[in-house]
Amino acid sequence: MGDLTLNNTTTHILEGSETGFATTRVDALLGWARKYSLFAYPFVTACCGMEFMALASPRFDHARFGAEAPRFSPRQADLLWVVGTISQRQAPALKRIYEQMMEPKYVLAFGTCASSGGFYDNYTTLPGIDKVIPVDVYVPGCPPRPEAVIDGLLLLQDKIARGDRRPAIVKPREDPKVISASNLVQLRRKELT
Amino acid sequence: MSQQLLDILKSTFGDAVLETHSQHGDDTAVVAASRWAEIARFLRNDPRCDMDLFVDLCAVDYPRREPRFEVVLHIYSIGKKHRLRLKTRVGDQDGDGAELDTITSIWEGANWLERETYDMMGIVFRGHPDLRRILLYSEFVGHPLRKDYPADRTQPLVPYREGYEKVAPFGPNEGMSFGRQTHRTGKFE
Repeated sequence: MGDLTLNNTTTHILEGSETGFATTRVDALLGWARKYSLFAYPFVTACCGMEFMALASPRFDHARFGAEAPRFSPRQADLLWVVGTISQRQAPALKRIYEQMMEPKYVLAFGTCASSGGFYDNYTTLPGIDKVIPVDVYVPGCPPRPEAVIDGLLLLQDKIARGDRRPAIVKPREDPKVISASNLVQLRRKELT
Repeated sequence: MSQQLLDILKSTFGDAVLETHSQHGDDTAVVAASRWAEIARFLRNDPRCDMDLFVDLCAVDYPRREPRFEVVLHIYSIGKKHRLRLKTRVGDQDGDGAELDTITSIWEGANWLERETYDMMGIVFRGHPDLRRILLYSEFVGHPLRKDYPADRTQPLVPYREGYEKVAPFGPNEGMSFGRQTHRTGKFE
């Protein structure tokens, strides 16, 4: 849970002159087909939406992963992006949208507010959308880096391929290795004579 | 400059003006709650005052004071270019009896601001045409900006609401005649 598994399948591209066959299981084939045809319904309510736009723009480009088609009707979507703070008053609307989606459906909680309410511990904010609807992947961050969201998207695709419906959390990446001080150019003040 | 405003108020209403304060052209008058609407109407209609712009209405909770709430009204005169902050005090220690006459009939813009003050602070405006919650939902219990509302209280979730809540007695513009809907009923229709 929460980790990407190593892909141990083998790939061999057939030349035009070759013929061949492959064996698989039906659920694996279905999972493979589903994970690359996610139709997204973005439920964008707050500042995380800016990061969502960055994610959809060419620099990060989540279209690379077969999840770019937005559908602005939940009836045509199977991935619900909950991007931003959900208030108590909005919670029934979110639940209704989730109920309108067709099975199989997946939910990605984008950002700390959608995951847990974040720092809004007050009278009006829903403390995490999992109080209302089940969540497949939590992406913490305020807002999360687009790389973290792509991690979450790949994690979701991995879960879809495995048929795993347990909730998962994107873990923080390790910091890049700190360059030791001896490798840095040392700036010294010239001694006054 | 608009010190004159406070003088006009004091000479007209006498004891009903409890306190005044003036600094850097920023004038405040605290008036008796029983004459709130009357004084507001005077400020709106008297040609020397001519306060035609309703700026803001809100309330402050001072939990150790009696009366506990201070309702604050900001008004401005576009023609005379002077502004005034009018305050009054209502409510006892338990937050009961926080009632005030509405000023909706004087400035229409007060409609939603009075609803917000009622929603957040629980101050009841007598004679308001449609006093119900504006930001929160009708199932919400309590008034969250009161100092005795627990900061971490979570209200129970509410079910999905079918259809619309009542919009009477206003119609679609919700009482704001200058709202978006009004522009459509002009010469183009």
